Amino acid sequence: MAVVQTIRAIGHRIVDTVWRIGVAARFFFLTLLYSGNCLRRFHLVIKELFSTGVMSLIIIIVAGLFVGMVLGLQGYETLKRYGSESALGVMVALGLVRELGPVMAALLFASRAGSAMTAEIGLMKATEQISAMEMMAVNPIARIVAPRFWAGVISMPLLAALFSAVGIFGGYLVGVVQIGVDEGSFWSQMQAAVDFREDILNGVIKSVVFGTVVTVIALFEGFDAPPTAEGVSGATTRTVVTSSLAILMLDFVLTAIMFRGA
Amino acid sequence: MPAPSLVEIRDLNFTYDKRPVLQGINMTFPKGKLIAIMGLSGCGKTTLLRHIGGALKPTRGYVKFDGQVMHELDARGLYLMRRKMGMLFQFGALFTDMSVYDNVAFQMREHTDLSEEMIHNLVVMKLNAVGLRGAQHMMPSELSGGMARRVALARTMALDPMLVMYDEPFAGLDPISMTVIGDLIRSLNDALGATSIIVTHDIQESLKIVDYVYFMANGVIVSEGTPDELRACDTDFVRQFVHGEMDGPVPFHYPGVDYRQALNLRA
Repeated sequence: MAVVQTIRAIGHRIVDTVWRIGVAARFFFLTLLYSGNCLRRFHLVIKELFSTGVMSLIIIIVAGLFVGMVLGLQGYETLKRYGSESALGVMVALGLVRELGPVMAALLFASRAGSAMTAEIGLMKATEQISAMEMMAVNPIARIVAPRFWAGVISMPLLAALFSAVGIFGGYLVGVVQIGVDEGSFWSQMQAAVDFREDILNGVIKSVVFGTVVTVIALFEGFDAPPTAEGVSGATTRTVVTSSLAILMLDFVLTAIMFRGA
Repeated sequence: MPAPSLVEIRDLNFTYDKRPVLQGINMTFPKGKLIAIMGLSGCGKTTLLRHIGGALKPTRGYVKFDGQVMHELDARGLYLMRRKMGMLFQFGALFTDMSVYDNVAFQMREHTDLSEEMIHNLVVMKLNAVGLRGAQHMMPSELSGGMARRVALARTMALDPMLVMYDEPFAGLDPISMTVIGDLIRSLNDALGATSIIVTHDIQESLKIVDYVYFMANGVIVSEGTPDELRACDTDFVRQFVHGEMDGPVPFHYPGVDYRQALNLRA
């Protein structure tokens, strides 16, 4: 009997997961469908850009600087063994633009802005603000969800670009200013090796995908949260965990598609 | 000649998770009247209100508002009907990321093409009606419970709805705020020529202002009448409710095993 119960529990879990993915996909579709209003009244998106993008600037800049500095230190130690210290700029830039920039910025975005979105919408639900909006004949997906969705999609690549830029500056501080790598080779080799389409554009595509996925997960979890303190806290946790796993899995898939054999 | 009805409820039944919540409800809400639906917590009052707003579909029967059966409307039709309604939620449900001014202006901006200048004048008038003209720049977190309820009332009245629904408007208020909210509900209803439905269990405050009362218990109507008729009513349930008696048809003790048995005493 224990075996049957275990199989049944696993089956229920799988069915629940598939059902939830379906509901989230429908939610995403409805968000796109009802986006017209907020794109016409773009000030709604700009307001959300402030809370998702601008308010995430500090964490992105500080984290980017330190990640770049660590890359500079570690990269120098590794490249020194092969006498290629002058390639430090290339290593830091490629590492950030292709991988660390989009991935780290998305992880930080999920923790800072994603969790805030989930908590905000979950609490709006718990305090009947969403019901009030429905009773006022205003579609909450069009008025609450869509502006936040587009703010997330727009701000994520900008934050990732900023993360990479600040990270490169951090690598420069450690590599050139502190250790003494030649400044000319640091910048010129970087300029020669980093390809706009192959590296930068692919990095931007990654960050747009991550931004879309993280924002949809955050909004869906908030909208779907049980209207209790426990429900909102659980939804916030799920946002961070699910988003982080989704980012890392998608990063592998996108890297395999974009850079295989490059 | 009696006033024509704005809302008609006929044989309304609603079952949730195999549990009957509403059973054979029949109610009529004439235009211009202020009508209370009273009963204990969990008796189905809010569920009834949600049916009137079209948020729930009945298992059987119907709610007709302004000539339309609510559960037969599609999403677009439902939203069009809701533009004629206003609802005051139990704790106001003000949008916490907007100021008092923006809360009241919300529906005007969403549903009309009025200029900001016109919206400003209307918002000031609505806030003046609830005595909070001076609080227009405050955020909901800076308001007391009574003030938040008054702002929510101004927001509910923003587009002069035909029907206003109040879900427990007196809950958690001090006596002064209660009287203020009660007086505002009555005066705004009369000034706008609206029809109002108050769901409450605050009997003393609501009997002062309403025209008619429905009493509900366990999903059915147990009594109805004008406030004077209900004060004089000798039905056990109504008497217990009106006078706040501790025991009666609504028992003090939650059903359980025999007391002696619970204490492990022998008979």
